[in-house]
Amino acid sequence: MTAVEETPAEEGERPIGYGRLLRKEDPRLIRGMGNFVDDIQLPGMLHLAILRSPVAHARIANIDTSAAQAHPKVVAVITGADLAEQGLAWMPTLSNDVQSVLATDKVRFQHQEVAFVVAEDRYSARDALELIDVEYDMLPVISDVRSALDADAPVIRDDLEGKADNHIFDWETGDEASTNEVFERADVVVSEEIIYPRVHPAPMETCACVAQVERVSGQLTLWSTTQAPHAHRTVYALVAGLPEHKIRIIAPDIGGGFGGKVPIYPGYVCAIVASLVIGKPVKWTEDRTENLVSTGFARDYIMKGEIAATSDGKILAVRTNVLADHGAFNGVASPIKYPAGFFGVFTGSYDLEAAHCKMTAVYTNKAPGGVAYACSFRITEAVYLIERIVDCLAFELDMDPAELRLKNFIKPEQFPYETKTGWVYDSGDYEPAMRKAMDMAGYAQLREEQAEKRERGELMGIGISFFTEAVGAGPRKDMDILGLGMADGCELRVHPTGKAIVRLSVKTQGQGHETTFAQIVAEELGIPPEDIDVIHGDTDNTPFGLGTYGSRSTPVSGAAAALVARKVRDKAQIIASGMLEASVADLEWVKGSFHVAGDPSKSVTIQDIAMRAHGAGDLPDGIEGGLEAQICYNPTNLTYPFGAYICVVDIDPATAEVKVRRFIAVDDCGTQINPMIIEGQVHGGLADGVGMALMEMIAFDEDGNCLSASLMDYLIPTSLECPDWETGHTVTPSPHHPIGAKGIGESATVGSPPAVVNAVVDALKPFGIRHADMPLTPSRVWETMQGNHTAPI
Amino acid sequence: MQVPAPFEYERASSVSEAIALRERLGEEARFVAGGHSLLPMMKLRLATPEYLIDINDCTELFYINEEAEEIRIGAMTRHRELLESELLAQHFPIFRDAEQVIADPVVRNRGTLGGSLCQADPSEDLSAVCAALDASCVIASTSGERVVPMGDFHVGPYETAVGPAEMLTEIRLPLRPNGSSAYHKVERRAGDWAVVSAGAAVWMTGDGAIADGRVGLAAVGPNTTNIEPVRQALQGSAPSEDLYEQVGAIAAEHCSPVTDQRGTAEYKTHLAKELTKRALRTAVARVTSTTNGAMTNGAG
Repeated sequence: MTAVEETPAEEGERPIGYGRLLRKEDPRLIRGMGNFVDDIQLPGMLHLAILRSPVAHARIANIDTSAAQAHPKVVAVITGADLAEQGLAWMPTLSNDVQSVLATDKVRFQHQEVAFVVAEDRYSARDALELIDVEYDMLPVISDVRSALDADAPVIRDDLEGKADNHIFDWETGDEASTNEVFERADVVVSEEIIYPRVHPAPMETCACVAQVERVSGQLTLWSTTQAPHAHRTVYALVAGLPEHKIRIIAPDIGGGFGGKVPIYPGYVCAIVASLVIGKPVKWTEDRTENLVSTGFARDYIMKGEIAATSDGKILAVRTNVLADHGAFNGVASPIKYPAGFFGVFTGSYDLEAAHCKMTAVYTNKAPGGVAYACSFRITEAVYLIERIVDCLAFELDMDPAELRLKNFIKPEQFPYETKTGWVYDSGDYEPAMRKAMDMAGYAQLREEQAEKRERGELMGIGISFFTEAVGAGPRKDMDILGLGMADGCELRVHPTGKAIVRLSVKTQGQGHETTFAQIVAEELGIPPEDIDVIHGDTDNTPFGLGTYGSRSTPVSGAAAALVARKVRDKAQIIASGMLEASVADLEWVKGSFHVAGDPSKSVTIQDIAMRAHGAGDLPDGIEGGLEAQICYNPTNLTYPFGAYICVVDIDPATAEVKVRRFIAVDDCGTQINPMIIEGQVHGGLADGVGMALMEMIAFDEDGNCLSASLMDYLIPTSLECPDWETGHTVTPSPHHPIGAKGIGESATVGSPPAVVNAVVDALKPFGIRHADMPLTPSRVWETMQGNHTAPI
Repeated sequence: MQVPAPFEYERASSVSEAIALRERLGEEARFVAGGHSLLPMMKLRLATPEYLIDINDCTELFYINEEAEEIRIGAMTRHRELLESELLAQHFPIFRDAEQVIADPVVRNRGTLGGSLCQADPSEDLSAVCAALDASCVIASTSGERVVPMGDFHVGPYETAVGPAEMLTEIRLPLRPNGSSAYHKVERRAGDWAVVSAGAAVWMTGDGAIADGRVGLAAVGPNTTNIEPVRQALQGSAPSEDLYEQVGAIAAEHCSPVTDQRGTAEYKTHLAKELTKRALRTAVARVTSTTNGAMTNGAG
């Protein structure tokens, strides 16, 4: 960690507001005193285990549960047929499709849920799964997404009435005719098939829940690994027909989400049903394999990219044709009007004349999902496409990729900038960020070093990625999930002694909400962050809102927290005017206190005002006692953070092993609340990016068997694969956000994979290589060097 | 949490007790040493032994001893001990090379030499190391001990010469003058199993030729822990890049890797050659650097 201007947080230098501050949540997490779902123990609690299909596509001929039922510690064995009797065998997905909770007719992907056992302990539940006998009649499998729309392809979703193929949707954005026209007159057109393979967020904590249905009151309490407790509550109410006021969702400490804990999975529904039927609390905790093989994956796009430019490197247009593998059920979690998420920002950070995208999404015999893994609703794919194809153009023009980007950036005076696909970028100043990254990297010297090494036959690559994200979903007129608008509430109470609690609708999974949101309120009210508790994750104790994913917490809830604090401050100002016997207009706010204009000696602190608000004596006319407020914030636009990343790699010419030597990341997320937390988020995302670029992939064989069912087979990077991250920043505030902040949570995950891949491909330039697909394992790099590059899917 | 099938657990505090338990409990009993291969397999229910005999109390098997003509290593010696042993590093630097890239510190703190050899995973590193060093294995039973050369120890993937009522107790590494060794591994990520790895040991004559040399490969199919034609090609040859090239090609010819998530068969074959060359080059350089200094028994 270098190139940061702030001094490290130290004891005695705690900011009242923004600045470096150790995370408030860390003492309990570091000491092992966190409270995760699997830590929850309730009297009489039973344990649930799920039987999963060993095959990818088969009709269920028969299920015999008698031996499992006879296990002495088994309480219940439930199959899809049992759920069907209750009308619960199928549930809606977040994309208006349906997904089976337990298979009734056939299984559609390997490891699909077929039955569950509830037993007195976790071991017995798992043992009893071995006693269930299922007969499968095998069906042909679609493992290769490219064959999903073949005329003779087996129809996976014959449960959908009238469905005769595996087509899910076609989607289009931009203008085809004008784009084609620009391509026809362009000097240079470069095409490349660019694949973003299926990857998995693989959070440290797998999914889990404890369901407790109280028989008399009908109250359901669900402790659950959810990034969106309020949205889940509403969906459970709609699915299970339970009254919403009788449902309480509690998300305790969450060990990483990355989008994988946005969907509702069959396991949660099974646990609720089990508790409902049995009348006892029921715990379900997924094991590592189950997490990898069945919960939300990400990406799986085959993108044919094309870029048109003048011969001197002015980019004119981009178009792409995408084949999207959505697995057996369309379980994508994105705003409902955006079936491809925010892929429409594939025009990147460049001022184009035209752009067009056509996409086709299909069913295959693979696990459902689609946007999980820190992707800001498919922006990961979009950024990878544009940043890869721009490098392909640089290759064809024999132009420096940094120079090519600098030549084509949207200029600062063009903001707000509407892209050719209709996105309105709120603010940006790209060139300084790019120049800063190049300075930090010593770009010119790196190119010199590379030239010398190439003379000696050594392989060194320098990769650049410049990304613009679109985060903070979103304006409720455009964005909803299953009809729920993507606005977020916030409540703030200041206690008589000037301590406060702030209640959020979003939910941390490790992002540091308990610190960041205290700092936002502290900045507005002058109350020290340690005097502000942040309450979140419990639907009974927090206002409604859509949760934490897509880097939306600071853009949406952060705005709500600032505005609710300002609402409290406005009231405090009126109370202060009474205390100081001055008119409201004559009061000036200096962080933490009001004083009479021109007379700083006449002042009252926010703590004095809090006591007065709750204390004896009259308040100004029309002012109620107490010092609290509530708000629901509906963003007017998304926020558009951006960044310039430079990666330096060395490749062993004989073994083709890639070593990431350096990584420089300059991020601009507008106003920074806690630079230390921002750096932490960036560090994590950069490691994610190295992982995806070099080793991660959920692979399948031709029979649809998942080949990445453990962390031995699905590799995630360790510290040994990560260089010392060199981070820096610029600050371009968002003009429409109350404090000018933009999201940062996913920037590095989105921006880093193309930088790593571009570096590897740059290293291979002496071999005439223009493109190679992820994951760039030593084997794939070596084959690329031999001219035998094969697509991963 | 992945949970194993039900099993019974016994704990042995001596070799004789362990063997007696094994004899009594029969074929469905398994010894557990470090447990870093067996327990994951049990959690995945790929292994379902009825009994586990825990031998972590067999303290008599924790040692690295230098004898007159060999180094003897107790079967329960942990990876970490092998990594940190100055005695091994002095005589057989291949051990430290390999141990630095075996799994991670958590695994190395628990995993054992005997456990690694008995697991007989074709991707496992220490089998190639021991084969390159011409090791032999001491297998004990109630009727006494027998010594099996490394070449006969592995019967096939996941199969060894250790019988149902026997126990691997010791690994013996012959000390020969004027030799050294090295290990090279390619992995997709730190701690991953080898894509391919190669170990080499060479012993030199006084006039700088190779008196004897062995190469062991891992993760490229069966019967590659000691490739006899490699040995024949090395014997009596003067070390040179041409020789390494030639021997690397022989090594590549004698492996039969399969294409999987770690890489294609072609790539692995290429690595077999490349890593053989590198291991030989390093091993010879180590002998030479020692010979130029003070000559010792072994080298390092």
